[in-house]
Amino acid sequence: MMPDLGKYADTVLSAYAASLVLLVALVVMSVLRGRKVRAEMEEIEKRVRRDG
Amino acid sequence: MTQTSKLNSLWEYANPKKFLSTTERFLPGLWIVTALCLAVGLIWGFFFTGDDYKQGSTVKIIYLHVPAALMAINAWLMMLVTSLIWVVRRHHVSALAARAAAPVGAVFTLIALVTGAIWGQPMWGTWWEWDPRLTSFLILFLFYLGYIALWEAIEDPDTAADLTSVLCLVGSVFAILSRYAVNFWNQGLHQGASVFRAGAVTGTDTAEKVSNIYFYPLLICMIGFVLLFVALVFYRTGTEIRARRIKALQARERMSA
Repeated sequence: MMPDLGKYADTVLSAYAASLVLLVALVVMSVLRGRKVRAEMEEIEKRVRRDG
Repeated sequence: MTQTSKLNSLWEYANPKKFLSTTERFLPGLWIVTALCLAVGLIWGFFFTGDDYKQGSTVKIIYLHVPAALMAINAWLMMLVTSLIWVVRRHHVSALAARAAAPVGAVFTLIALVTGAIWGQPMWGTWWEWDPRLTSFLILFLFYLGYIALWEAIEDPDTAADLTSVLCLVGSVFAILSRYAVNFWNQGLHQGASVFRAGAVTGTDTAEKVSNIYFYPLLICMIGFVLLFVALVFYRTGTEIRARRIKALQARERMSA
């Protein structure tokens, strides 16, 4: 299934690997920070409601 | 609906609650369409298109390089628009959207630079050349880093939004330069526009353009990158809105303690 990339196999595969690593890291970091901030906000809101 | 009421309904999204409720409603669908577009475009391009007669299999890098470069420039232009909205109308959501978009734009610029260097090595015989387009892209990347650092460096969010808006305005010169550098100076290594060029489409110029074999998967990849940018900016703007609310709640707690 893998296409024959010939003498440029390293070039093409390294371009794809670098790009996909950067894209995945961006999405994962965005989601992790998003979840952390959401949980922190909900905790503070709960505390504020409880303490009046 | 009149133009004025249409515009007024657009400003509703300056309300953080309205923005969050609207984006959260359609973000799941947007993530799915984005993943589909990227998967279809990249799999089609990588596995089902042949080699170029000049560039061999390196032509497959186009499916990452061109969409990333396209979004690197347009992300900055989106930041310019939202920054101007902040400056003129003082809507916090627009300033936070610009802040949320910067790391996304920086990563797209980095992908364009890295894939360009990897592609350039076998084609031009060098990883890097102080070519007008390459240099303006590098400067654009440095502007992204400076913009992100400026947001982090200033504690007061309104002052940070003001100063980053000015920086964004200055950086826009390089964003535009990155797009048109090959038209201003033609002594560089980088080729001119070969994907979207009015003359190439209408047949009024004879310069080479991307063959349809590569164009269709490339178009799907470009749509995928645009959707990924939109999804990430919506999601990250939501995070910035919540982070801002945390600060406000903490300040209120300190006041009442």
